[in-house]
Amino acid sequence: MDESKRGFLKIAGCSVLGVLGAAGMRTATDVGPGGKAVESSTTLSGKKWGMVVDSQRCLENEGCTACIEACHSTHNVPNIADPKEEVKWVWKESYEHTFPTQSHEYTKASLKEKPVLVLCNHCEDPPCVRVCPTQATWKREEDGLVMMDQHRCIGCRYCMVACPYGSRSFNWQDPRNALQGGINPEYPTRTKGVVEKCNFCAERLAKGQEPACVEACRKSAGAGALLFGDLEDPESEVSKLLSEKFSIQRKPGLGTKPQVYYLV
Amino acid sequence: MMYDGSKILLGLVIFLIAVTFPFWFSWVNEKSGFVPEPKLPEGEESCVESAEYMKALHMDLLNQWRNAVVRDGRRVYVSSSGNRYEISLTGTCLGCHSNKAEFCDQCHDYVGANPFCWDCHVDTSVSRGEGK
Amino acid sequence: MLEKALRGGRYYWTLIGFLSLAMFVGLLAYLFQMREGLTVTGLSRDVPWGFYIAQFTFLVGVAASAVMVVLPYYLHNHKSFGRLTVLGEFLAIAACGMCMLFVFVDMGQPTRVLNVMLHPTFNSLMFWDFLVLSGYLLLNVVISQVTFGAERKGVPPPRWIKPVIVLSIPWAVSIHTVTAFLYSGLEARAFWMTAILAPRFLASAFASGPSLLIILCLIVRRFTNFDPGREAIRTLSQIVTYALLINVFFVSVELFTGLYRRIHEHVEHFEYLFFGLEGKQALVPWMWTSQLFVLAALIVLLIPKLRKNDTILFVTCFAVVIAIWIEKGLGMVITGFIPSPLGRLTEYAPTPPELLISLGIYAFGALVLTVLYKIATSIREEIELG
Ligand code: HEC
Ligand code: HEC
Ligand code: HEC
Repeated sequence: MDESKRGFLKIAGCSVLGVLGAAGMRTATDVGPGGKAVESSTTLSGKKWGMVVDSQRCLENEGCTACIEACHSTHNVPNIADPKEEVKWVWKESYEHTFPTQSHEYTKASLKEKPVLVLCNHCEDPPCVRVCPTQATWKREEDGLVMMDQHRCIGCRYCMVACPYGSRSFNWQDPRNALQGGINPEYPTRTKGVVEKCNFCAERLAKGQEPACVEACRKSAGAGALLFGDLEDPESEVSKLLSEKFSIQRKPGLGTKPQVYYLV
Repeated sequence: MMYDGSKILLGLVIFLIAVTFPFWFSWVNEKSGFVPEPKLPEGEESCVESAEYMKALHMDLLNQWRNAVVRDGRRVYVSSSGNRYEISLTGTCLGCHSNKAEFCDQCHDYVGANPFCWDCHVDTSVSRGEGK
Repeated sequence: MLEKALRGGRYYWTLIGFLSLAMFVGLLAYLFQMREGLTVTGLSRDVPWGFYIAQFTFLVGVAASAVMVVLPYYLHNHKSFGRLTVLGEFLAIAACGMCMLFVFVDMGQPTRVLNVMLHPTFNSLMFWDFLVLSGYLLLNVVISQVTFGAERKGVPPPRWIKPVIVLSIPWAVSIHTVTAFLYSGLEARAFWMTAILAPRFLASAFASGPSLLIILCLIVRRFTNFDPGREAIRTLSQIVTYALLINVFFVSVELFTGLYRRIHEHVEHFEYLFFGLEGKQALVPWMWTSQLFVLAALIVLLIPKLRKNDTILFVTCFAVVIAIWIEKGLGMVITGFIPSPLGRLTEYAPTPPELLISLGIYAFGALVLTVLYKIATSIREEIELG
């Protein structure tokens, strides 16, 4: 290639880039300034949200799924039959799988099978957040929630690989095909190709409501098996329970510091 | 090495036509007399911002809304005229512009924009059986 | 230079046609995956990464192994590698391209891929992997372009390229180290939680990459007038021997620490890999095949007389590539998920669309490689004929 052609190509390349750049810019000129977003005055505020699951109480009503149903219908969580492609925010896992280090060969087989309620632990040091390449999942400093931005997620599933609790689900297929129960218009569905998980009902906290699962549990037969509150507030119900009763966390040895505690 | 000038010229012309396709295509379209007519909501005086602002910048406003809610936990919008709105694409925007197909899509189909928002955000006019 | 790729014989065009066809089939399969979602793969909640990421991991090694020809040639002035280096660099370019494509097809939201650059996240190793891989690709393109261009003109390469070449050496090590860290930094997966993972990756890369290069050299010699040189192939086979030995050593170190202490979560994975757990043993035959191949290859490689026979060397190198491909790709990646952190045993096998897409990407890599090698060999022939 001779010099003039090379020069021409360079100029052509630069001008294409320039045009693209100009097209990418949009300026607010003569339409005036916009407004601004503020926090809602009804927002429940806490410094470190946490949950206590009274597994004994929960077990007394073994067939109860009020919390799961409430959560999944509020958040449009699809109901997919194939266990390989399931999407779950809160569900029941066997005792043995939930607390692998707490069961041994003399644990009664029936106890090992007993269901325990599990969900995202909103860890204080969340591995999923550490690995996410786009900050699509991050730890909200104000209240400790592990948040998820569905708009930014690229669907690489590194967070699922990093989560020691299996709390994250990927949308292998279009979830709208599996929302037979209808769609709650107040909360978006997801689309195929993004990861999702429990959000501790960030959208309800902003409206001054407690998480949907906790509310549903309170109204069910197993009332009081799920408690939610600010762990930094010594007067909160959860703080008092944790200071008085024996409680455990899932896989505490990993150093993730789960904020979901279990009374056993 | 030999170059065939006419072939290069022909290639260039085809290239230019292809590259400018969107421009002349929409120009031809415009000539054909189609103009989008988004159906404005009845019984409402004004949008969250001025009509000019919305026309030019509603996509940026929606981005701002999205980031405010999802990343900063701010769920109330105070407009430049001081009105307060709950930030919600489905609840607020579609609350007034209740038929997405007759409003948003009118323009978007025309300019060939196809925002993927509705893969997740719910178009309530469809569930009411009014949309397409 | 590119015009050299446009003139070729019947074999050349048949190969190009065949590879293009495979790419096209892969593209169709990918469009299908785009439409249906990743449900068309064999992946699942419990095994979220599989064949694609396994290929990625293996190919990063192939890319990194270019350092095994660059280093002796440029730092130790090992003359016999002179005609080989460009082949090594071209192999790295093709491998890098395939790596990126494999990550790309694994993503649930491919249209958002730029988010990785728009929101750079320094604590994420995935971000670093993107960064070092693109950097490595760029380095190899620049280096091969400049040095080969100079050689063609019969002038010494410009002086500024030397530091760039030197930089590419630690860079090659870094791409594979970062890829290993991608796995070994996860508290959720006991199987990968080992400091030997990065060294092991490098050792296996330096065995499989040069093996592949030997195979390619032998093919090039067979089909073109360009001879990469007996001496160079000899040296390469020695490199393979050492690397393979070191890899075997590293694997045994890992087996010892994994198995001598009886930490349940560690032992389970090895058990699954080599013997199967609760009747689930999809990977067992593969893994033993791999071990057998390594053993056989080592025996051949350690006997100089066998190693010096080109046909035997060709077959042996093939065995090494397959063995490492199984060990590092399938064995290392997939076993990390079985059993899952919740103790569930969900097995994984790639589906036809997944295999077709992978085939398409390999065809793409092979196409890039074919074109680049065609250019290299034509120009070499030209230089040598004067
Ligand atoms: C309170 C009811 C209301 C809400 C909420 C509302 N709009 Fe409007 N919108 C209107 C009205 C009324 C107009 C016509 C205003 C005018 O012509 O002055 C309008 C005009 C517009 C226009 C300009 C259309 C045109 O052709 O002039 C756009 C674009 C628009 N709205 C988008 C939106 C979006 C996006 C949202 C959500 C962020 C939204 N609107 C929320 C009532 C509303
Ligand atoms: C007056 C015509 C008009 C109306 C009405 C309108 N839009 Fe738009 N919209 C546009 C134009 C023009 C674009 C810019 C397309 C581009 O930049 O490619 C756009 C872009 C967008 C984008 C960004 C798309 C992208 O790909 O980045 C979003 C989101 C959007 N509109 C949402 C809405 C919603 C929601 C409504 C209805 C409440 C609406 N628009 C109504 C004209 C309109
Ligand atoms: C992958 C699914 C998904 C897609 C695609 C998506 N969103 Fe969202 N969006 C969400 C979720 C989930 C929330 C969080 C809702 C909450 O916390 O209340 C949200 C919240 C929002 C909010 C604030 C709250 C609300 O309900 O409106 C805005 C504004 C928003 N998105 C705009 C957009 C726009 C504009 C697009 C298209 C350019 C888009 N989104 C595409 C899932 C999605």
